[in-house]
Order: sequence, then C-alpha cells, then structure tokens
Amino acid sequence: MTEKRKYMTVPRESATFDSSTLSEIRRAADTGIYDIRGAGAKRKLPHFDDLLFLGASMSRYPLEGYREKCNTSVTLGTRFAKKPIELEIPVTIAGMSFGALSAYAKEALGRGASAVGTSTTTGDGGMTPEERGQSTKLVYQYLPSRYGMNPDDLRKADAIEVVLGQGAKPGGGGMLLGQKITDRVAKMRTLPKGVDQRSACRHPDWTGPDDLEIKIKELREITDWQVPIYIKVGATRTYYDVKLAVKAGADVIVVDGMQGGTAATQDVFIEHVGIPTMAAIPQAVQALQEMGMHRKVQLIVSGGIRNGADVAKCMALGADAVAIGTAAMVALGDNDPKWEEEYQKLGSTAGSYDDWHEGRDPAGISTQDPELMKRFDPIEGGRRLANYLRVLTLEAQTLARACGKNDLRNLEPEDLVALTVESAAMARVPLAGTSWIPGQQQTF
Amino acid sequence: MTTNNLAETSAIESVGGVATVDLAVQTVRDLNQGLHDQHDEMTIEKWDVLNPKGHHNLAVGVNQKLKIDIHGPAGYYCAGMNQQAEVTIHGHTGQGVAENMMSGLVRVKGNASSAAGATAHGGLLVIEGDAGSRCGISMKGVDILVKGSVGHMSCFMGQAGVLAVCGDAGDALGDSLYEAHIYVKGSVKSLGADCIEKEMRPEHIEELTELFERAGVTDQDPRDFKRYGSARQLYNFKVDNAGSY
Repeated sequence: MTEKRKYMTVPRESATFDSSTLSEIRRAADTGIYDIRGAGAKRKLPHFDDLLFLGASMSRYPLEGYREKCNTSVTLGTRFAKKPIELEIPVTIAGMSFGALSAYAKEALGRGASAVGTSTTTGDGGMTPEERGQSTKLVYQYLPSRYGMNPDDLRKADAIEVVLGQGAKPGGGGMLLGQKITDRVAKMRTLPKGVDQRSACRHPDWTGPDDLEIKIKELREITDWQVPIYIKVGATRTYYDVKLAVKAGADVIVVDGMQGGTAATQDVFIEHVGIPTMAAIPQAVQALQEMGMHRKVQLIVSGGIRNGADVAKCMALGADAVAIGTAAMVALGDNDPKWEEEYQKLGSTAGSYDDWHEGRDPAGISTQDPELMKRFDPIEGGRRLANYLRVLTLEAQTLARACGKNDLRNLEPEDLVALTVESAAMARVPLAGTSWIPGQQQTF
Repeated sequence: MTTNNLAETSAIESVGGVATVDLAVQTVRDLNQGLHDQHDEMTIEKWDVLNPKGHHNLAVGVNQKLKIDIHGPAGYYCAGMNQQAEVTIHGHTGQGVAENMMSGLVRVKGNASSAAGATAHGGLLVIEGDAGSRCGISMKGVDILVKGSVGHMSCFMGQAGVLAVCGDAGDALGDSLYEAHIYVKGSVKSLGADCIEKEMRPEHIEELTELFERAGVTDQDPRDFKRYGSARQLYNFKVDNAGSY
C-alpha cells in the first residue's frame, strides 16, 4: 500500500497586502504617526528607462564620437535678466537646504558644481558662507518659510528661484525635525532649538499668479533686474502651471517630477501626489510652445535623473537643462555600502536609507551631528561630484552624437521611441516599431 | 517685451538736498534705482515721491539711512526688505508693506492691506489705521504697532518680535505661534492653534512702553493690553495633539 501524498498550498503573499504594506500598518498602529522619510517616490513609475534613442543609420548622419564637437553649454535667464547664467553643462544641482544637509555637504556641492561650470542652489534655510564661497554660480531659493531670507544674500545670488512646490510634495511645505535644529540652524531660521519645524506650504504675502507677477517684479526691483528669476513647481497640472509661470514673468521654469527627492515629508505625500517627471515635460514644452516661449523661457527638469541617458532624454523632450539632487547626494557618498554595518543598526541598508530627517546619516551628509559630519570630506566629495557630472555630460554627448546632433539642445522628440504604451502616451513619442502615439492622431 | 524697456532708468535730480520723484512722469524703476544708488555713498538723504497712485514695489530693497515720504496710496510690497531707511506712506498701502524688513522704520498713515510686515526680521512698522489679514505673518523679529485693528490669522507662525494691536484682532490670532509676543488692547475674536493668553508681567509692560516710545505713540497705556503667546504644545509632534494640527 502506497502512502497518500499530501499536497500543501504554498504560502502566498498578497499583492495588495504585501510585506511592506503590512509592516507599515503595524508601525502606524504602534506609533500613531504617519511615516516621515526623505528621498522621492520609490514605487515603480513610468520613467526614462522606457524610452530609447533612434541612433543614426541610413536616414540620419551621426557625428564622430571623439572628434566632432557636441555643445553642452546653455544660457539661462535670457528673457529679462541683465546677467543671464552661463552654464558649461546642462546639469545643475537642485535646491537642498543647509539644515537638511551639513555645511560641509553644501560646500562640496558648490565645489563639484563649480569645477564643471554649473550652478548649485540653496534651500529652505538660507545661504551659508561655505556654499556661497565655493559656488561660482549660486541660485538662491525664495521659499514660503523665508527662513534666513535677507536682501543682502539676495543681492549676492546669481539667480533667484521662487519655489512654489517640489515634486516630492506638491502642495506641501518643508519639514526639518528637532534632531537637526542645532544652534546654528536655529539661529539662521529664527527658531527655538530642537523644535520640529514645519514650513508653510504657501507664500505668506501673495496668493495667486497675479500677485506672483507683482512679487517677481519686487525681486527684480530689489536686484536692479540683474539676475534671472526662476519659478519652481512640483509636477502636477504642469501645462497650466507653466503657462501661469510665464505670465507671472519667469525667466526660467523648473519642473520637478514626483521622483524628485526631499529631505523629509510624509511617505503618503511622496508616493501619492504628483506625476512622473517624464509625463510632465511634454506638458511644459507644449505650454511654452503655445506661448511662443520655448527656448526663450528656459525649462529645467528634475526628478529621478540618474545618468547621461536621462539627461539626453529630458533634453530631447524639450528641456534646456536638468537638475539633480538625490543622485548628487549619492555621488557625494550617501548610502555608500562602506557604511552598511551602521545602516543596519539604523534598521536600514545601504541604498535604502532615507531617514535623513533623523540626523544620524552614517555618511555624515544629511546630518548636523558634529561627529558624523567629520566623516565627510568636502574636498573629496566635491571631486566625486565633479567626476559624476562629467560622466553625465559625456554620456549625454555620446547619445546626441549618435543621433547626429552637435548640440545637446538639438535633440528632439523625433529621436525617441517608447517601450511601453504608457510611456509613449506620457512622453508623446511613438511606441517602438510603430508610428503610434497614444492619444494623438496617427501620422506617417 | 525686452529687458531694456523695463530695466532702463533715467537719472534722479535733487533740489536743496531733496529728491522729488514724480511717478506721473518717472517710473518705479527710476525711483528704486535712484534709491539704490545711495547705498555706497549717500548724496541725497530726503526723498519725496509724488503721485504714487497705488504703484507697486515703491522704495523696495533700500539699504541706507534715507528719509522717504510717499505722498499718497501705495500698492503691494511698499518698502519691502527695507534696511535702515525711514519710509512714511501718507496714505493707504496694499499687500505686504515692509515685507521682510530688516531694519529701519516704516510708517503707514492710513490702513494697510494683508500680510503687513510679513516675515520681517527687524525694524519697526507702525500702521496708524487698520491692518488686514495675516498682519505679521511669519514675522522673524520685527516690531509691529497697529493703532487700529488687525484681520484674521495675524501673527500666523510668528517666530520673533512684537505685534501690538490697539484695536481688535480677528479670528485665529497667533495660529501655530513660535516665540513672537502679541499684545492686544481690544477683543480677540478667536485664538489660533497653540496660542494662549498669558500673564502680563512687568517686563511685558516695559516692552510695550518702549515700543510706544519708539513709535511715537503717547495715547496708549500698556496696562490696558492683554498678552498672548505660544503654549509651546505643538513644538514637537505628539500623537495626542493630532486634533490640533
């Protein structure tokens, strides 16, 4: 007699209630507070990996990869400013605050950006001497909180960025928890030491685009019309926001997609508000083109830019430049595997660490702890960032030359195809091997 | 539009040490450039601005000990980011008068619209009439004296400085307040989150007395005022306070 075989159902994880979801429910039940973290959206989103370039062959003429010039420079702020910003490469450093980052980290960003002729940007917390001193081109953010905002620094800036929102949290304000409000940070922000600082989400002295137009003129008057004024928006209703930003008088518009990082906000905000970067660019470009302002009001795109291919794809879709934040931090050394043991102690792992608001960053970058800060060398960090920026530029040039372009800004949507129906619809380029752009009339 | 049309200026001339800028003839750009030209070396101390007619951005970004009189109503952001100058508006002002002021004195003879003294770090703002909503929003060290009343959400997220109101205050006074001091003589329609009435101690009488002296106010008695400040219960997140956010 043979033994009857038992068949067991293999335990099956729910796609809806997966392990991450379950752990968050337990954490919420335990603490009674939403999860706060840094970085951008971690969910899988349609992104630039879903786009491919059509290199030259019979119908297009490529450029020699190592011999023929491919221009990377870009001028920002040509609409109204007496002194537009000239960048040697179209990759800029996005706004990150002193407070969220250490003064050394801000210094390193300045060093790296300056070494390759690009700009860096202040953040919610004012301008530090370290950053101004090391940044040949510094964009000064004008934020709802106005922490550290003063006209002396305004006049020292090479450009002013009026921040209406950011991709990680469109409609939300900044957040810097008490662990990072040290004496210096508190003094710069006029706050009590150790307070959980939650910045305003709206500007205090204007309420709509008509007011903003007057506000921008005020900033121009104070700076005697010398420097460009940017408007930064988180990607949501991008088409309308860009039109209103042009009307309000922006020289440059920065559109930050939902993959764009933040120092700290609610996880629910990061993952559930905004649209992917790739979906925002065609909306912005359409708005500019309809107003006859494409290339006259420059477009900077940020949110999830990782490599030269991402840079080139943004530019092919119509951006004049890109900005990087998370990638710049990684280039400096954040989330480096050499700190794995310490990331483990914090309940995380290298590559996933995002509790920047707690101020315990083992890499010494997103912290105000004097001992941790000592781990980070701003000169070495600056060198690493410069290297990374050079690689981004070389990669983007490689792709542009392959498409027969002698200027990164000559890349165009016609150079791209999409791998998925979703990305074809969002980027408004054909699905690979077809002439089909979902949502648009088919043409040949 | 081109840069040049908007950014071009014409020179300002002075007679008897006083510059007169007639905005019926000259531009706001002319005025501000003329004022900014005084930053390195003050050659004209007194400035009279005629026919302001609600123009925006008058006398913004000044950083010199100038005396500027604006003869009529001003629009948005008058005396914005002022440093050192003494600016008097002989009329009403629009939104954001003396916003982000760092130092100096701004006096409004009439009423001020919303967001008066917003985010200002220093100096003194005197409003002889009423102020609209959000007076002193996110103030960071400025002292504001309003002889009339203030609208709703005044001193919202006020971080430092003094807001003194000789009349009444609207809804949600001092919402999410940090360390700014608020004094109100009249009624308060409601207090905002984390704002409470506090004891008026001798040092507060002294603070208010000194403010009245600086503002040239002689018809007010500090003992008639009540003090409001932060309960400091929302400084750090506690789940038990979730209903207050």
